[in-house]
Amino acid sequence: MRTRLTVNGQARELDVEPRRTLADALREDCGLTGTHLACEHGVCGACTVLVDGEAVRSCLMFAVQCDGRQVRTVEGLAAADGTPHPLQEAFSAEHALQCGFCTPGFLMLAAGALARDPSVAADPDRLRELLTSNLCRCTGYESIRRAVVRAAGELDGARHADS
Amino acid sequence: MKPAPFEYLAPRGAAEAVEALSGEDARVLAGGQSLVLEMNYRTARPARLVDINRVEEFARLDVDRAGESGDGALRVRPLVRHRAFELPVEHAGVGPLARLLSLVAHHIAHPPIRARGTMLGSLAYAHPAAEWPAVATTLGAHLDLAGPDGTRTVAAGDFFTGPFGTVRRPEELLIQARLPLLPEGAGVGFVEHRRTHASFAALAAIAVLRLRDGVVDWVRLGLVNAADRPVRAHAAERALLGQPAGTEAASAARAVSGGGAASAAGAVDGAGAVAGAAEVAGDVDADPRPQPHASIAYQRHAVTVLVRRALDQALRDARVSGDGG
Repeated sequence: MRTRLTVNGQARELDVEPRRTLADALREDCGLTGTHLACEHGVCGACTVLVDGEAVRSCLMFAVQCDGRQVRTVEGLAAADGTPHPLQEAFSAEHALQCGFCTPGFLMLAAGALARDPSVAADPDRLRELLTSNLCRCTGYESIRRAVVRAAGELDGARHADS
Repeated sequence: MKPAPFEYLAPRGAAEAVEALSGEDARVLAGGQSLVLEMNYRTARPARLVDINRVEEFARLDVDRAGESGDGALRVRPLVRHRAFELPVEHAGVGPLARLLSLVAHHIAHPPIRARGTMLGSLAYAHPAAEWPAVATTLGAHLDLAGPDGTRTVAAGDFFTGPFGTVRRPEELLIQARLPLLPEGAGVGFVEHRRTHASFAALAAIAVLRLRDGVVDWVRLGLVNAADRPVRAHAAERALLGQPAGTEAASAARAVSGGGAASAAGAVDGAGAVAGAAEVAGDVDADPRPQPHASIAYQRHAVTVLVRRALDQALRDARVSGDGG
């Protein structure tokens, strides 16, 4: 089934079976293997990507559902010149990853949430609720929490510098 | 595993969606947060998937203000995601109902699932531990089902037939849930027991009540996962209706049940009413099934504790938000 979508700003036309999940289409058909798959039933969040700006489980959506939509993956976070996204900088600075398997999912989860409402990082309860969305088996979450708070500060500073 | 092959249809109108469902072994794809995982496991292998995400009118969430007869309702269409209910301010004027839905919404999975999953999908799926079916049953919601022969309305109390079971026919689409607005000044409570933050509900209790001069003159109590289907706790409601139950009463109920001494006589009466209703909910309204890690006696006890806490929360909410007490 022919499906036209935009992935990380680039128009793509895929010919996929309806049963192809968005995660598999990104990995197998687009060659974007930064999106990880673990549980494939919506629990772990490793496959989290943005669809029209919304953080979703790409294992629980079919690629054909994204016809005409904007998809953003971890490969689309860094600037065109390779400068890491503030979230990527903050994850590195705060040691928010060890094995790194869950990291793309956490980055996209946080990117979606901060774009939607930056104040989430300033509210400990909402931030904790957000970070329960994904599983990390190495870091124990505290460093991830700190990284998101740090990145939110960076993004906020950048916004003020722009205005 | 990966999903088995299926035919994919993405209608753009309601009538077209209903027509597409008449095919052999067709399933509705709304949020997909339960269906797609079942398909990934191949415990579900529908021949046809009717994706309703392109039907624009299905994203509507409307309020019918209460008329003379007090029959106002929140009308929820099939693409209203769980997340729409997280913030009560998004339904200004809906008052206590919006507060209750907000309390409940935060107990459903986690943010990315709530951004996709829908209330009507949850009702139609009828997972035994799901919150919305119990909310709909407790509040006496009306559910509109569209089929090849037109639309019929089923009371939520008659809709659920057991775990994953409803009276919806395969060719019918649940196109609307009408949740009645709650009385002005009502207090709301929702308390859930679960293993971890994002786990399914082991048990949960819903409490809505209104006080007039310290006496309960309107009440709805409901239970999640305390029987083979959602429970409206009619017996506990009867036990509480007309009884004194000030906010002090709920605190005293905790003191009494914790073995402490209650002080004022009025508080003792109110405490008795709250604790008594909670006992009735556990003993009479709940009909728990044996679970590997929870005996029936344990579940009845847990229901009593949760109902008491939900009532306590509702009493506090009535004091803070309305004119109760």
